[in-house]
Order: sequence, then C-alpha cells, then structure tokens
Amino acid sequence: MPEVSMTVNGKPAKGQIEGRTLLVDFLRDTLNLTGTHVGCDTSQCGACVVHVDGRAVKACTMFAAEAEGAEIKTIEGMAEPDGTLHPIQAAFREHHGLQCGFCTPGMVMSAAALLAENPTPTEAEVRDYLEGNICRCTGYHNIVKAILAASGQDVSRIAAE
Amino acid sequence: MYAFEIDRPASLADAVTALGAEEAQALGGGQTLIPALKQRLASPARLVALSGVAEIKGICTADDGALSIGGGTTHADVAAGAGAYPALAALAGNIGDPAVRNRGTIGGSLANNDPSACYPAAVLGSGATVVTTNRQIAADDFFEGMFTTTLEDGEIITEVRFPVPEVASYQKFEQPASRFALVGVFVAKYADGVRVAVTGASEGGVFRWSEAEAALSRSFTPGALEGLSLSGDDMISDLHGTGAYRAHLVGVMARRAVAAAR
Repeated sequence: MPEVSMTVNGKPAKGQIEGRTLLVDFLRDTLNLTGTHVGCDTSQCGACVVHVDGRAVKACTMFAAEAEGAEIKTIEGMAEPDGTLHPIQAAFREHHGLQCGFCTPGMVMSAAALLAENPTPTEAEVRDYLEGNICRCTGYHNIVKAILAASGQDVSRIAAE
Repeated sequence: MYAFEIDRPASLADAVTALGAEEAQALGGGQTLIPALKQRLASPARLVALSGVAEIKGICTADDGALSIGGGTTHADVAAGAGAYPALAALAGNIGDPAVRNRGTIGGSLANNDPSACYPAAVLGSGATVVTTNRQIAADDFFEGMFTTTLEDGEIITEVRFPVPEVASYQKFEQPASRFALVGVFVAKYADGVRVAVTGASEGGVFRWSEAEAALSRSFTPGALEGLSLSGDDMISDLHGTGAYRAHLVGVMARRAVAAAR
C-alpha cells in the first residue's frame, strides 16, 4: 500500500492508504482524529469540513492521496494546547450554537474559513457561506449569531431563537 | 467504492503518460466523480489526479483579449480571479457551496458535462474554445449530449478561452437540495450578435436557443423574448419539475438574464 504524509494541526502525520481512502477516513481511522464527522458521505452535509492548505474542503470528497504534502487543519487544531477554546468555539458555546453537536466541527471549520476571507460578514453572507453545512437541531439562528459574535460584531440586538 | 490505484503526477506530460494505462481515468476536483465512485457508478482501475499539475491552473488575459482559464482552476479561484468577465466569475461563485468550489475545477465540470451543470452554459454561451492536450475544440463542437463530449480517452482539458462579451449574465433557478441548475440560462452580447445557452433543461444537455439569439441580436431587451417559447417534449422531466415547467422556466430565466446583463 502506498504511504501518504502531510501536516495535520501543525504536526507531521503519515500512514499507509489505499487509493480509495478518503481524507476523512485517514484522519479518523489512521490518525484517530475523530472530531471530524461523517454525516452523509455524499458531500451534502458539511460535517466533515476541514481546511486543506487554508481552504475549507469536504474531507469525505477528497482522497487522502491528494493531501500529500498538504497542511491540514481539523477541529482538534482549533483550541489552544491548554484547552482554551478558539474564539469561534467560545462563541458557539456562549450563544448556544449547538444542540446535539454533530454538525459543529464542520460548522466551526466553515466559519473559520469564512472569517479568514471576510472578517466582518453580514448575516446574509454568513447564511450563504453555510449553504453546504446542514444542522438538524438548531434552525441555524444561533449558529449564525455565534459566527457574527466571533467576528466581533454586536449581536445583543439579535433575539435568541 | 471498488478498489483502484491512484496516481498524482506533478506535470502534464506525466499525467498524459499515466492516463495511457488501461482503464485509467482522470480525476479533477472529484466533486462529482468521487460521489459517483461511492455509488459504484464508475469503476476505473486507476485514477490520475490532476490536482498536482500546476501548469493547468490559473487565469490570465490572452493577447487577443480572451480570458484564459486553466483546466485545473477551481471554481473558487475563477470566482475570485475572473474579474475581467464578471458574469463568469459570478457563475463560478454560485456553483455548489464554498467547500465544493474549493475543490471542483472547470475542466472537470466540462469533461463530465452534467446536463444541469453551470459551466457548460458559460462555455457554449460565450463561444469559448476548449484547449486540450491534443487540440482546440470550439464550444459548438464540444458538447455531444448528456454526460458526453468530444473528448477522447486520455485527453486532458488544459485551458478554456473565453472571448469577453460587451455584457452578459447567467441566471440559475437552483434546485435547492443539489444546488445544480433546475434551469440555467447564460446570455452574452458580443459585437457580432447575442448567444444564449441553456443548461438543466434538455435531455440532450446544454443547448443554444437560436430563436432567442436572433431576437436579442435585433433588440437586446427582455421584451424581445416575449412570445418566444420552447417545447417541453425534449426537456428533462423528473420529480423536481415537468418538461413543460422547465421549458417555461427557460423563457423566464432568459428574460431575467437579459435584464441583469452587465
């Protein structure tokens, strides 16, 4: 079996893969980074979003072999080593941006990609960017609110839903 | 997925060589092919990933003013970098969702020729030229029907050259679950006439609506399309819409595209 090597959350990682091994399976099964979730396995739900060289990608729709040499960031790489939450994660907790939490890793990674390219998005821009992330619990209102809050915008006048 | 070998060549020459292997298939961004492999709708023995081939990525303006886009350029990069052709940049920025746009490529989309994909409408509606490892193919000769093109085995789309129109617009009536076009209409006005290309509607894949082109070449106004209609007989009919519904939508989206063209 061929070997693949990449950098995951700042650390070198390598392992044996098959041609058909998906990036998400390599992360979960080989590296035991199970924070990245597989919701639909059909590229629709976004629970598996990770960053590949700084860009949001659905890890269920990319082969591990294609990540050779890439910089990967997963939800495990968001908090500080001492456990301090990333500002987006903290905002999700503060504003109740999750209920069951299954979609949250993908939501946080998509939100981080959005804020990297658009530091102060409008509510409409947040909703548009989350088009490929599906949540079945929250109705999105508090997710959107959390992301706006994480961008440093005043959300005090947005009613809790 | 059935098992297969995967190659990731770093140059176009190596990619062409790798595609010479038996039952080898090119892999663009994989946003359509990987789901198809999962459903076992395709079973290549070997995939040749083009994502490592830097020489087919990027956007530039050619000497004749055409906008040249490398076949391996992602939708996100076209959305951000095709400012010289705003309607094309807008089309690319509305394909799928952000994560899909970060992987999917223009060459992959065109080679697949999904009957509901957006890019075929832009290429046909612009009279673009598809450049491959072997030749240059005019848009009018490239699309052969649903999921079929004139590409030969092992041929790779290296570049697509778009003549930049005076004004243009693409209007997509989105199928909200798949984010593909239920119907999409691309209208482009050039000095020598107007081109209108329709995706999502026909059983034959993307097509030019010649009656609308003639009417708009006389008068580039939404009103010029009043009274024109298409038959629903050869249109796609599924649970999302009947053929007649799609035929009606083509007219609506064409008028919206003319009104929005800039």
